[in-house]
Amino acid sequence: MRFSAFNALPRLLVFAALLAMPWLVTSDYYVNIASQIVIAAILALSLNLLIGFGGMISLGHAAYLGVAAYLTIYLTAHAGFGHLTGAVIAIGATTVLAMLFGYLALRASGLGFLMITLALGQILWGVAYRWASLTGGDNGLGGLKRPHPFGLDLNDPIIFYYFVLFFLAIAVWCIARFIQSGLGQSLQGTRDQPRRMRALGYNVWLIQWLSFVFSGFWGAVAGLLYAYYHQFVSPQTLHLTTSAETLLMVIAGGTGTLLGPVVGAALVVILKNVVSAYITRWLILLGVIFVAIVLFMPEGLVPGARRALRALRGSSRTDTVAEASSIAKDGA
Amino acid sequence: MNFWIIQGLNGLAFGSLLFILASGFSLIFGLMRIVNLSHGAYFMLGAYVGLSAIEAGVNFWIAILIGGGAICILGGVLERFILRRLTGQPLAQVLVTLGIAFIIADTCVWIWTGDPRPVPMPSELTGAFRISHLAFPIYRLFVIGVAFALAATLWFLLERSRLGAMIRAGVDDLPMARAMGIRTSLLFTVVFCLGSALAGAGGVLAGPILSVYPGLDTDMLPLALVVVILGGVGSLLGAFIGSLIIGFIYSYGQALFPDLAYVILFLPMVLVLTLRPTGLFGRQAI
Repeated sequence: MRFSAFNALPRLLVFAALLAMPWLVTSDYYVNIASQIVIAAILALSLNLLIGFGGMISLGHAAYLGVAAYLTIYLTAHAGFGHLTGAVIAIGATTVLAMLFGYLALRASGLGFLMITLALGQILWGVAYRWASLTGGDNGLGGLKRPHPFGLDLNDPIIFYYFVLFFLAIAVWCIARFIQSGLGQSLQGTRDQPRRMRALGYNVWLIQWLSFVFSGFWGAVAGLLYAYYHQFVSPQTLHLTTSAETLLMVIAGGTGTLLGPVVGAALVVILKNVVSAYITRWLILLGVIFVAIVLFMPEGLVPGARRALRALRGSSRTDTVAEASSIAKDGA
Repeated sequence: MNFWIIQGLNGLAFGSLLFILASGFSLIFGLMRIVNLSHGAYFMLGAYVGLSAIEAGVNFWIAILIGGGAICILGGVLERFILRRLTGQPLAQVLVTLGIAFIIADTCVWIWTGDPRPVPMPSELTGAFRISHLAFPIYRLFVIGVAFALAATLWFLLERSRLGAMIRAGVDDLPMARAMGIRTSLLFTVVFCLGSALAGAGGVLAGPILSVYPGLDTDMLPLALVVVILGGVGSLLGAFIGSLIIGFIYSYGQALFPDLAYVILFLPMVLVLTLRPTGLFGRQAI
């Protein structure tokens, strides 16, 4: 898919809506939810790079969010590092972790890849839960103060919102550039025709691994912002449910589109907050949504979600269905 | 020395429980290429059902049958009415089983609340087995015995029975097995029910050792995945050896480095995936 084929209007609308958010809503509560959406969107964008453009279905993406968040809080609030050093080390170390996890998970493909990412992610959750002397165990880790970069007071919800939105803009730009680049194009080639790509002399493993690491890097950025937002992190951040929610954002928004995950993140975060206000059974709803999406879009999740999204946008693109169905198959 | 023996037996007992869970998971994955992410939830739900049966005054042994039977029926229904509709779409199947796992897990919290609940041990098996100054709970020895008996039974079923021959044929070459007149549709349901029943019964059996608590499902599921990654897909021997390895690592790890017990679990995965991505006894890469 070429970048030029993207329909410009919905992208502009999404960004206009995001920019104007603090004026559209009245209370800090909603501004904070908007910040949550933006952070979740960065994470979903990074996962979509794997799923939508690489055909690699990961169920362990919470690992990067959680590890970066834990490291940020541990380094700055407990080990005495400065905010900038702490952030750089946290993102760097998380990216190194993504290198290792990518190496392990890419020993398999398809369902094996999914199983390994899930197992690795849950082992990390176990580490955070059990290694209480370092991570605080079930009580989590807190005590982080938001930084004051360039004299900005991030304790102000609106300033914080624009701070994370700035990162989202960079993420979208970088990921869009990545997709357009030779590496990104060949990644989509390995998604659709791994054998043919191999026959053409591409190093399929290396392409997938580099994309995996790039995706992990942006997951780490989301984790850093997550730590600044909540000023607290607990094993729940690393849990399978977090990975599953992120996966749902990607699927709901439309995989393989640039801004689909942003829309998906908004849907899931809003739904979660609204539902939590009335009932305590979010997990059942999450499960029901998963089952419903799969059952009522029997030709595969992706084309169905895309079709719905396209109908919603009212635009007509013809190149998507064939392409998307191949994602579903390759992911299998 | 005593420490090593006792922890070794603990590891053997935990590995036995893992085997009961992972053998069904591995069978289902090997034959049907379904990664059943609800398997941990089946284990937990089986334990809760068994617990309720015991609290209603049922004998422990009957409770195991009730737990296993309930999950067997649940698995059969889900296979027939949901997974069957998604044949040929492995990703869709995985996501459905994940969704079902969440639904089961949250329903369990709803019904049985969030407190950990110990499952009472059968009175025949309380107490300890003593050799000189060593003491070890009889119940754990019993669990180890059950796992070995199960391994032998499954081996016999797979390698020496007609049903087993059909399952092996299906694992090796599904379209050909179908062409030879094997009713693979029925076979799938039977295997899925068998795996589910093992998970449910295993949950009840694990109850006196692990207790039942919300989160038991996501504690056990990744361990079962690691076992299958280690042992190899669809290999009974692999599931057996893999379970014992993880059982030992987990048990010694928790005793020696309680903080790091989970970190150590990375080690066998790193080794096996690096050196032998098919798993120790698998014939195909996962």
